[in-house]
Amino acid sequence: MAEKVLMKGNEAIAEAAIKAGCMHYFGYPITPQTEIAAYMAKRMPKIGGTFLQAESEVAAINMVYGVAGAGFRVMTSSSSPGVSLKQEGISYIAGADLPALIVNVQRGGPGLGGIQPSQSDYFQATKGGGHGDYRLIVLAPASVQEMADLTVRAFDLSDKYRVPAMLLADGTLGQMMEPVEIPEPDVTPVEKPWAVNGTKGQRQHNIVNSLYLKPDQLEKTNFERFERYKQIEENEVMVESFMMEDAEYCIVAFGIAARISKNAVIAARKKGIKVGLIRPITLWPFPTDTIARAAEQVRGFLSVELSMGQMIEDVKLASSCKKPVLLCNRAGGMIPSPEEVLAKLDELIQL
Amino acid sequence: MPFMYRKKRISIFCGHYGSGKTNIAVNYALSLKRDGCPVRIADLDIVNPYFRTKDSAAELEAAGIPLISPTFANTNVDLPALPQELYALVQQTHTYAVMDVGGDDRGAYALGRYAPYILEENDYDMFCVVNFYRPLTTTPEEAAAVMQEISAAAHLPFTAIINNSNLGAATTQEDVLATFEKCRELSRITGLEIAATCFRSDLLMDDADPSYMPLQLQKRYFDINE
Repeated sequence: MAEKVLMKGNEAIAEAAIKAGCMHYFGYPITPQTEIAAYMAKRMPKIGGTFLQAESEVAAINMVYGVAGAGFRVMTSSSSPGVSLKQEGISYIAGADLPALIVNVQRGGPGLGGIQPSQSDYFQATKGGGHGDYRLIVLAPASVQEMADLTVRAFDLSDKYRVPAMLLADGTLGQMMEPVEIPEPDVTPVEKPWAVNGTKGQRQHNIVNSLYLKPDQLEKTNFERFERYKQIEENEVMVESFMMEDAEYCIVAFGIAARISKNAVIAARKKGIKVGLIRPITLWPFPTDTIARAAEQVRGFLSVELSMGQMIEDVKLASSCKKPVLLCNRAGGMIPSPEEVLAKLDELIQL
Repeated sequence: MPFMYRKKRISIFCGHYGSGKTNIAVNYALSLKRDGCPVRIADLDIVNPYFRTKDSAAELEAAGIPLISPTFANTNVDLPALPQELYALVQQTHTYAVMDVGGDDRGAYALGRYAPYILEENDYDMFCVVNFYRPLTTTPEEAAAVMQEISAAAHLPFTAIINNSNLGAATTQEDVLATFEKCRELSRITGLEIAATCFRSDLLMDDADPSYMPLQLQKRYFDINE
């Protein structure tokens, strides 16, 4: 078993990425994720890897595109405004079917917003922040340990399906410190016969590209890609259910909002309210079936979010609006307290 | 018995990111105040806008300890400017001064501009706060390297070490005791005395060594479950 260390969420992401065999990091500093870059700057030179502070987020994501095309594990990280800047590159990476990890430690928006935690990039992450028909595999950690574990998972899934992955965290998770065991994953390199890494005169040229001027070919790549998306939806959903067995009400929350909601569930149970929590760990693919099953069981849902209400749309869709869905939210960097969640739960019960 | 060490006029707390400097600085200032000393505390953290002395502003104010912090600390303006009152803190020798210097060597640059005054008065302690459970300072050698970087940036030599090894809320007494040998090795490498070992106050044994420093943790907004 690995030794426990006390880490910030941001540091845990960085060290786990290195343990997962990521030797190339490109980024640009922005609060509240700068510790990832700072950590990489210290560690990468010592292990023969690459840390490069690019001239901008746009440059960083295109460097990721290049290294991913050469078949290496690669990542970038930023916070909300910086991730907006990366969207063109992310769309290109998706369009070229390349694996890569993009970390978003969210802060309040829109615009330059603030530096405090937020979850208001849910739409951007799960619905395709850039142009074109594409998906990212989106993982939402809720602890420093998960910041590490899901970083490794994101690399694995991304390689397996040739789909870029996003770790969607927030300023709280990035900054808070918890004891963590850094995973020691098996890092046997995945075969990447498509990689642009030199033919050595032994094979045909590989081409990494997202440009298809013939519409029938572009349509074909889109349909093929969506076949892979379907496999991901069928096989890779991750979700935690907490006290749902006998629940009459269901809170849905991810990331730090789920930690707060868990406190609220425990407090409500002490008052005799039968409430449970569904925590999507993969935001895409969304745990649609779990929510749909819960819709047959509970009297109503409460979506707890650090945004003006984004995931709530997926909760309504997944539950086919069979039961009322209320929103408990704070925005702009504010965090709901368990008491606020309980008060909103009372409203749901009164309906 | 509050931990006081040598009770120099200026006590400076430096260390690696997240080693616990702020918490210790706040506790140290409160100890001085309880001992009847006039004291001011300064937040020199120009790097990390998230965890800082200002989070304890209400507690410090209640104790009558003036807090000097960057004008824009805890606002959303990420501007690393330092207030002029910091010169008063360094130059007015009738009041004790506690300085919380954040953010590795980057943060210590801010301290550098006051170094000539501090050296001239020569009544200071500069503590290196170390947590051996933090990444990049898990060995005495790594910790010594960080100390050297900070000291070079601050233009001030360290005078003592504070062992604040912990795993956050999950820390056990054994976790702290297990770091003693590493800290002694750091002391040998650097030639500096271990001024104190920090224990969260509820972990402190009744018959504790007088060099153990009981810590009250800074307030959290709410408890977060496991």
